[in-house]
Amino acid sequence: MALTIDKRPAVKSAPPGSPHSLGRLARLKRDWGLLVFAVPGLLVFLVFHYVPLLGNVIAFKDYQPYLGVRQSPWVGFSNFALIFSGDPEVLNALKNTLVLTVLQVAFVFPAPIVLALVLNSLMYEPIKRFVQSVLYMPHFLSWVIVVAIFQQILGNAGLLNTYLRHKGIEPIEIIGNPDAFRALITSQVIWKDTGWGTILFLAALSRVDQEQYEAASVDGAGPARQMWHVTLPALRPLIILLGILRLGDSLSVGFEQILLQQGAGTEVTEVLDTYVYHHAFQQGEWGISAAVGLVKGVVGLALVLGANKVAHLFGEDGVYRSR
Amino acid sequence: MNTTARTRTNGRSPAMAPASVPIKILKAIVLLIACGLVVMPFVSVISTSLADQQQITDAGGYVLLPDRPSLSAYSSILAGGVVARALLVSVGIAVVGTVLGLIVTSAMAYSLSRPTSFAHKPILMVVLLTMLFSPGIIPNYLLIKQLGLLNSWWSLILPVLVTGFSVIVLRSFMMGLPPDILESARIDGANDLQIFVRIILPLSKAALAVIGLFFAVGFWNSWFNALLYINDPSKLPLPLVLRTYVVDNARLGAEQLSGEAGVLPPTQSLQMAILVISLIPILLVCPFLQRHFTKGVLVGAVKG
Repeated sequence: MALTIDKRPAVKSAPPGSPHSLGRLARLKRDWGLLVFAVPGLLVFLVFHYVPLLGNVIAFKDYQPYLGVRQSPWVGFSNFALIFSGDPEVLNALKNTLVLTVLQVAFVFPAPIVLALVLNSLMYEPIKRFVQSVLYMPHFLSWVIVVAIFQQILGNAGLLNTYLRHKGIEPIEIIGNPDAFRALITSQVIWKDTGWGTILFLAALSRVDQEQYEAASVDGAGPARQMWHVTLPALRPLIILLGILRLGDSLSVGFEQILLQQGAGTEVTEVLDTYVYHHAFQQGEWGISAAVGLVKGVVGLALVLGANKVAHLFGEDGVYRSR
Repeated sequence: MNTTARTRTNGRSPAMAPASVPIKILKAIVLLIACGLVVMPFVSVISTSLADQQQITDAGGYVLLPDRPSLSAYSSILAGGVVARALLVSVGIAVVGTVLGLIVTSAMAYSLSRPTSFAHKPILMVVLLTMLFSPGIIPNYLLIKQLGLLNSWWSLILPVLVTGFSVIVLRSFMMGLPPDILESARIDGANDLQIFVRIILPLSKAALAVIGLFFAVGFWNSWFNALLYINDPSKLPLPLVLRTYVVDNARLGAEQLSGEAGVLPPTQSLQMAILVISLIPILLVCPFLQRHFTKGVLVGAVKG
């Protein structure tokens, strides 16, 4: 998230006028030593970020691993035709993805805002810092670890159900239960990332001018009205920024997380990313999978640009602003 | 973050009007529950890893506080076999990857730290654009296959050796260093390599530490690339072993461990011990990372 905020000033920080006081050749002669330092990094970016983009051509091919990318026959748009003709598996994956996205926007997105407001209002620094370090921690765990922990607590033979059986109560099936799957995925994301998500909000809150609160309080505003008229407006640009980024990502929901726990059946668990993975690596439908991935990427980019446009219409900065 | 530091001096964090008592209680309850939800699972996992068969049977499967803690699960896991090997693989990848990653990233950040230099803008664009898109898993897989890196540990290291995020964070840190020092070094005849090694790197220690920890945590946690690129069971890193024997519950017997047919600790303890071994480096690194965040290395970079 932080990346995109960072982008604007970074691009701007190269003042366009000044470097041209020296000629191109003179500058090359002066700076070649500096350029050498960028070579290894540029090579990595080129080979592992830009070259693979070419691999997307297999979306227009009937890719056969033994033929290789170049020898595989072209098939035009037929891989895409299958997607847009309403293939039930694609539609199901799309539906599951969107349902999970809506759940995450409704429950995962507001959680760090609320937590940041609570943390920000704490008077006693040591407690605040202790709570922060505890709540940041799950963010650094891999999904394998998080899923393993959830299984140990909520699984059929896990802590909760063992306890329930011990007490003679009917155990609750959570892991591997299609009805509980969406709630499980959503709560895992909340558990893992809520604490971490507060960082940006806390930074924004720390920059609110204290005099605004004093002025509001002189004008007779209680805590609730101060929250509404001072605190929340201060957070608005950040909320809009993160909202736009989330919208751009709405066709991706926790790929690694879901891939690890599809025991509840593909009917509810298959999302677009896992569809791509399964159809390519397990069923060998490379062309179709690549086409789905490509469409997903293009739609995601369009969503970000669109939402950004809408934010501009409402007078907000959004992710970037072209001047 | 500077504002927090300033308001801290008068003993108050930036807050609205003093809250009433019921609100205070509500806040305390919210925070207690939040911390409890995070801490409790760890306690349970660590306890189970320390328990023996008798206790697990008595408790009916899971133990919250073992009264006779034993390290036998750890000793059987570390004695040899699948898990011990995976642990070595993961440590190796994390160390090699972090060192190489820091070298490549800091060099690139230094190269981009002078906005007036030749080709500064196009190179910066190459870096920034990588943050907007990723090629997708299939093209990535095809590339690794073409390069002949399948089943090689390099397939887990090379693609993530440098990220747009880490370059930008380090770059903005280096741009904040006092320019006078660099200028006087250059007047004294130091070349770029000398400036980089003798001046820039030592001054950037704090930022390098944070980026290095990010690299290390990333390499330690990475499992999906290994799932795609590594088929040889003897080369798997720890997270994939965790996935196989804990998440997917594959049989974990004498033949997977040291090979002795002796009495093994209960499966649950073994599984939880694997989980704890995967957890510990992260638990150790976290407080350190947080301290540096509050120092503002990253938040400062975010603000631009």
